[in-house]
Amino acid sequence: MAAVHHPDNELGHEHEHHGPPAGIMRWLTTTNHKDIGTLYLWFSFAMFLTGGVMALTIRSELFQPGLQIVEPEFFNQLTTLHGLVMVFGAIMPAFVGFANWQIPMMIGAPDMAFARMNNWSFWLLPPAALLLISSFFVPGGAAAGGWTLYPPLSIQMGMGMDMTIFAIHILGASSIMGSINIVTTILNMRAPGMTMMKMPLFVWTWLITAYLLLAVMPVLAGAVTMLLTDRQFGTNFFNAAGGGDPVMFQHIFWFFGHPEVYIMILPAFGIVSQIIPTFARKKLFGYSSMVYATSSIAILSFVVWAHHMFTVGMPVTAQLFFMYATMLIAIPTGVKVFNWTATMWRGSMTFEAPMLFSIGFIFLFTIGGFSGIVLAIVPVDIVLQETYYVIAHFHYVLVSGSLFGLFAGTYYWLPKWTGNMYDEGLAKTHFWCSMIFFNITFFVQHFLGLAGMPRRVPDYALQFADFNMISSIGAFGFGFSQLIFLYCIIKCIRGGPKATDEVWEGADTLEFTDLPSPAPYHSFETPPKVK
Amino acid sequence: MGSKVTAILVWVSTLILYPSMAAAERTDGILSTVNLPAAGSQIATEMYDLHMYVLYICVVIFIGVFGTMLYSVIVHRKSKGFKAANFHHSTTVEIIWTIIPFFILFGMAFPATQTIIDMKDTSTPDITIKATGYQWQWGYDYLQGEGEGIKFLSKISTPREQIRNEAPKGENYLREVDNNVVVPVGKKVRMLLTSNDVIHAWSVQQLGVKQDAIPGFIRDAWFKADKPGIYKGVCSELCGKEHAFMPIVVEVLAQEEYSKWVAGQKQESAEPAVDVNKEFTMDELKATGEKVYAGNCAACHQANGKGISGTFPGLDGSKIAVGPKADHIKMVLNGKAGSAMAAFKHLSDVDIAAVVTYERNAWGNTTGDLVQPSEIKAFRN
Repeated sequence: MAAVHHPDNELGHEHEHHGPPAGIMRWLTTTNHKDIGTLYLWFSFAMFLTGGVMALTIRSELFQPGLQIVEPEFFNQLTTLHGLVMVFGAIMPAFVGFANWQIPMMIGAPDMAFARMNNWSFWLLPPAALLLISSFFVPGGAAAGGWTLYPPLSIQMGMGMDMTIFAIHILGASSIMGSINIVTTILNMRAPGMTMMKMPLFVWTWLITAYLLLAVMPVLAGAVTMLLTDRQFGTNFFNAAGGGDPVMFQHIFWFFGHPEVYIMILPAFGIVSQIIPTFARKKLFGYSSMVYATSSIAILSFVVWAHHMFTVGMPVTAQLFFMYATMLIAIPTGVKVFNWTATMWRGSMTFEAPMLFSIGFIFLFTIGGFSGIVLAIVPVDIVLQETYYVIAHFHYVLVSGSLFGLFAGTYYWLPKWTGNMYDEGLAKTHFWCSMIFFNITFFVQHFLGLAGMPRRVPDYALQFADFNMISSIGAFGFGFSQLIFLYCIIKCIRGGPKATDEVWEGADTLEFTDLPSPAPYHSFETPPKVK
Repeated sequence: MGSKVTAILVWVSTLILYPSMAAAERTDGILSTVNLPAAGSQIATEMYDLHMYVLYICVVIFIGVFGTMLYSVIVHRKSKGFKAANFHHSTTVEIIWTIIPFFILFGMAFPATQTIIDMKDTSTPDITIKATGYQWQWGYDYLQGEGEGIKFLSKISTPREQIRNEAPKGENYLREVDNNVVVPVGKKVRMLLTSNDVIHAWSVQQLGVKQDAIPGFIRDAWFKADKPGIYKGVCSELCGKEHAFMPIVVEVLAQEEYSKWVAGQKQESAEPAVDVNKEFTMDELKATGEKVYAGNCAACHQANGKGISGTFPGLDGSKIAVGPKADHIKMVLNGKAGSAMAAFKHLSDVDIAAVVTYERNAWGNTTGDLVQPSEIKAFRN
């Protein structure tokens, strides 16, 4: 991606009034949506590998029963940081990277609305990541209370917890600024003729996601601030002995946490909704119902949070309410899956890497959706809460959901970004390796959970040994498969067959129909006409 | 190209793999490793059946949707010269596939609702037991019903050497405790859950119970075991470094056996308790203290008293352990707020006196201080 905008390519001559400065200053001072998108994407990939190394250390310890590789306290630090790094460092910034690259091009705008703030949104991330990672090296180590940071356990931690809290504050500020930028860009900078109901679905899903972020990131900031004052300044928000309530933290956290999981999946829905019609050479089925379904999911996400806490001891009425509300989410989600299937139905399909990842996404995400319904049923959740079943469930929606969506989007737009086609053979190998190893890793975890293996444990009873070994083997396969992805991307950036302007035969959004490949530094100097 | 064949193979194998969970019936055969274990109470049976019911419905929908998609993937290919159709909207179809799932979900929610109501009905118990979570063991108090007044602590009995891979692992590795929770069969047992430090969760899958134990609050749950036997559970909320090592074992006995057990416990507690005012010798205290230390302190401070650098302070030569006696006792009794050092008030005067004495005279510590149980008693008041 970097090479595309090298100052000496011909684009610099067209826009001689502000070609980017060379070297590191280009990246530090950039206000260009493509440069910032690139920064976001490389940052998130670096964090993805970091979180991946933690995951593989976890799986190494769990390869066999007994304690062999790491000590329990370090194990807990790894599970905690793996979660935080993947959620806040890998998945979320990657989608913001896509938003930066794609939204201006897809709505016919020259850049994002607040270009300088855009730079600031990104450059807040590296210090936050540094705080998170370096907390491993302070006395007491990193936070070890799980990514959910439940008190009173998180009150017991050393200064690593304070660093985590500060990192979350910074990441939250970055997300809020990014969201304001995205909302403003979408609402104000669309090309003439592009009404809301003509926006590509990726833009729609990001608009809704940005509102979700604006609504819940301050809630998380509030929760961790209370945690900080409980830890450092003697307040008792979450301490029963001082009149507080530890469960209140869980309510506030999950009021953020549930919309957060949709923040991580809605843009992936958007990406897949662009890709399926392109490769089916057929218009998206039920565009307006897709928009309504996405909005319904977003709204419902605010009233289901306590399904993460069915075992805290809620009254019957609360359990019933949260069960019913949670089950309702299956309806709009089902509509989406049906619409994608109907889009493929009687299309004229080809199966390049973006399409493969999209189909993989629908297939595996739906399995995650089904295990979600199983978990929504309170009496069943009571058996499965805090077991590996839950781990399997959310990795099906986050890895084969969000992450596969990101892979699909990367292969889909990479030719537009770099001007070169990627190596299709490598990309397909990446897909099949990811698909197979992912299932080896996580499918068996359903069985572990049903049999009663608790999550967040460095050691387990002997009856769980076989499936854990299989899962660990799968995890290493999945981890190393991602190196194929890295190689494929670098190879594509450095060269390859020239991409056409349209890139894909069936693509009909503005970046493919109205822009050359690679896309110019400033996407649209004059807005295109949208029919 | 071969990718089509691979695609079909993967689809078919996954379609078969997923329902394989459903195929596992309530048997002790090999399939039992891929499904919920056999239920040991009415509620757990309902949970088991609900899970199977929901799973079957999901599998049917899954096969329907992905069967359609698989057909489409195979047939509607450009490489086969299939021309794309032009439809992209159908209000009727969209309304139908919004409404049908609604009824399916209603069909799932209805039986679940009844189970939830039963599950939450903790009224009129035959026996009430309070379980308290400690880092990292459980304390049990029989509060009401037959056995009232019995209390004990229950911690993992798997030897450290097995966990450290220095000895072969036993059959009940990580699923065994020194004192089982004993209850009679067929009696409604109400569990009251609370915690001394962080949030734990008391969970026994086969009895259909999982309830968080929250410090400062009391929550409840209940079970009625169908038949005598041993039921195993685990702490189900991350509670610190030894979270994996605080199992739960419920021993369900026939009524007569239970009465015998209660009588035995009563007799034990009727034996004259150790007189706290008795003067103990250094050797007595150190011997008891070493055991108490191994059971309660060594997980963090380590058997050699060196702690774990940066995480858990060592006691060997520490300011508290060789400083004034009163500070040391206070630390053990009350813990240290905002740190992992929990309060150990629940231990007896003798145990606390012994462990303090041990810590002040073990490893390189040579204060020569002798702490008598009577001092601890005085301290508590």
